Amino acid sequence: MFTEAIEKILADLCTPARVRAVENGDGALALWRALEDGGFLQLLTPESQDGAGLSLAALFPVLLAFGRHALPVPAAQSIAARALMQGCSQQPPAGMLSLAGSSHSDAEGGVCVPRLAYGMLAGHVLVNRGGDLLLLDCSLARREPVGVHASQCATLYWPRDAVGTPLGSNGEAVRLFAAAIHAASMAGAMERVLDMTLAYCNDRIQFGKAIGKFQAVQHQLSVMAEQVAASRMAAELAFASEQAVPAMIPVAIAKARTSMAVPRVTATAHALFGAIGVTEELDLQLFTRRLHEWRVSEGSETWWNGQVGQALLAQPHMTACEFVRHVTESTIA
Amino acid sequence: MSSLLDAFRLTALPAHAEAFRAEVKRFLRDHLPTVSADVRARSWTGFDAAFSRKLAQRGWVGLTLPSAYGGAGLDAFSRFVLVEELLAAGAPVAAHWIADRQSGPLILKFGSEAQKDFYLPRICAGQAFFCIGMSEPNAGSDLASVRSRATPGEGGWRLNGRKIWTTNAHHADYMIALVRTSGAPEDRHHGLSQFIIDLKQPGISVRPILDLAGDAHFSEVAFDDVLLPHEALVGEEGSGWKQVNAELAFERSGPERFYSSVVLLDLWADTLRRHGASAAETALLGSFISQLASLRSLSVALTALLARGESPVVEAALVKDIGTEFEQSIPAAIAAAISAAPDTPIDDELYRTVAYLNQVAPTFSLRGGTREILRGMIARGLGLR
Ligand SMILES: Cc1cc2nc3c(=O)[nH]c(=O)nc-3n(C[C@H](O)[C@H](O)[C@H](O)COP(=O)(O)OP(=O)(O)OC[C@H]3O[C@@H](n4cnc5c(N)ncnc54)[C@H](O)[C@@H]3O)c2cc1C
Repeated sequence: MFTEAIEKILADLCTPARVRAVENGDGALALWRALEDGGFLQLLTPESQDGAGLSLAALFPVLLAFGRHALPVPAAQSIAARALMQGCSQQPPAGMLSLAGSSHSDAEGGVCVPRLAYGMLAGHVLVNRGGDLLLLDCSLARREPVGVHASQCATLYWPRDAVGTPLGSNGEAVRLFAAAIHAASMAGAMERVLDMTLAYCNDRIQFGKAIGKFQAVQHQLSVMAEQVAASRMAAELAFASEQAVPAMIPVAIAKARTSMAVPRVTATAHALFGAIGVTEELDLQLFTRRLHEWRVSEGSETWWNGQVGQALLAQPHMTACEFVRHVTESTIA
Repeated sequence: MSSLLDAFRLTALPAHAEAFRAEVKRFLRDHLPTVSADVRARSWTGFDAAFSRKLAQRGWVGLTLPSAYGGAGLDAFSRFVLVEELLAAGAPVAAHWIADRQSGPLILKFGSEAQKDFYLPRICAGQAFFCIGMSEPNAGSDLASVRSRATPGEGGWRLNGRKIWTTNAHHADYMIALVRTSGAPEDRHHGLSQFIIDLKQPGISVRPILDLAGDAHFSEVAFDDVLLPHEALVGEEGSGWKQVNAELAFERSGPERFYSSVVLLDLWADTLRRHGASAAETALLGSFISQLASLRSLSVALTALLARGESPVVEAALVKDIGTEFEQSIPAAIAAAISAAPDTPIDDELYRTVAYLNQVAPTFSLRGGTREILRGMIARGLGLR
């Protein structure tokens, strides 16, 4: 099946060693070329334009797989950016594209995107500037690392003359896509963290038996599995529609629910791995560092839950059950 | 990925089930007794035989049972819809709940033709209310250690022993009990059988037990040399453990495992609409919805498996454990929110509903199997142990 093929490609291409190398500034381009050659970037592009013409629902397992492999390049963002630029007069630029759901403008008309996902690597970024859709060239920006160890985020500043005119007024769609991608990435990364922790608990012997035989450990793993199942379900909801862009409330639910799970899942995994879990050498950190970053990027659960709460309160007589049902039903294609 | 989680795939309720929803809503508009929220919060522990009979007259008790037995012959998806609407409305459904959810399906699956012919039409007519006799004073989580014993003899079986925490035993017509028919408690899962017991028989005494909120929804039942006819045995002798386990996927996967506090959730949302909501309250409300949306989809995914005739017991344990954690968190968080400013008045009905739910919320993760037991099952399903 398609997802299995992708899983295999990513397992070969995006090894933990490769992820570490890219984080150290080495090898991103080769990885990118391979994804480009594999047709990954055209997954949402219509078949009439030589793309794969996937629906969002069909894209979802691919994004989960990206998360499961801690893919260190903005492939998901680039796929979405190309879709968001459908119908723009301008062709999407070649190379790595990232997404910025929010930005600040300064008094002189310059634009700042704080902690842009993959900001260390991106060649261009689609930016939401108060509802306007901007395409900004990162080579014209001042690029500052955020100073968090091994993070690929960067804060970018564009002077006014590098900003140009908006491509459209669908800037908010960037926010939705960016948040939905983080939700899917988190769901995938949490699946991986669960698998790694399960395997470790079956292997690690203390007191003469595998630590996974201790009830206290088992119960923590069960709770972790619940959180992972709930997260994945919420993330899938964001991608269930037949629309071109994930819809507001499903995205809010997806981003909020996955973000809520991150502190529990990462804390449990690290607790069960013991000291080895916090070492550079163990692959766990490749995932837990990203999970913390994605949880807060594009708004944490506090912000997105606030959006969900407002939407419910705006409906004068709707019950919680009706609201949830309506969102689910009107989303699933 | 761990294959346990593969069962959970986003699934839409089919159109026929959604079409059925409109009928259910109309029925509830016409027939739901108007009572205050703290009474509605009792939902599936609220007993109202008249309401259950009205549902039965409408054809909606024994919803999944074949029409040959008086059932509605609808599928698990339609039942999901019916149950969801009943719970969301806080309808008093306890009287028929157990018969509809598990006793009827159990008799259909394991019962003899004569048992099916006798019990199923009565269940569907709302004339046979059931209770589940599993727990005993010394056999709670360790269910296999039950000591109630039926001994074969003249004219059937002689039953001695006690059951406890039996929901609705004092209102029910029949109990399906798990008892030992051979061997000793050390034999564990072997030698257990299930009987359908007519609770009006001589030798049975039922003592309701008052709970901390002033309600008596469960009872202690004593069996003193009760004569059970041969036909009381349901399924095969010695297969009780297997049969009980087949019930569990029905018992644990449904929306009643995350909707127990939904009446309060709606009441609080209405209060926020009227008096305004702070950013923190709005986000808290939203967090309930985000969790509910994902729980509901998990439950629908299991409904799809039930509809295909599968028995996702471990998956159901997972949904129940995370679902009950959610429904327990609602009254705790709302209590803090409505009392955050001592000078702000609190609506009396809201206060009573929060208080009631905080008192009974511990039961959410006890009834139907405790949190610790479920987590053990999930761990095994994950390949540990
Ligand atoms: C409202 C309500 C309705 C009920 N209705 C029914 C009904 O209709 N029919 C029926 O048969 N029963 C019913 N029950 C009983 C219910 O199934 C039991 O309460 C439950 O199985 C736990 O048994 P127990 O109360 O004896 O607790 P115990 O089994 O004694 O457990 C006490 C504590 O010890 C923990 N524990 C036990 N064993 C282990 C272990 N191996 N590892 C770790 N921790 C463990 C438990 O998780 C719990 O925290 C009902 C209970 C309630 C609260």
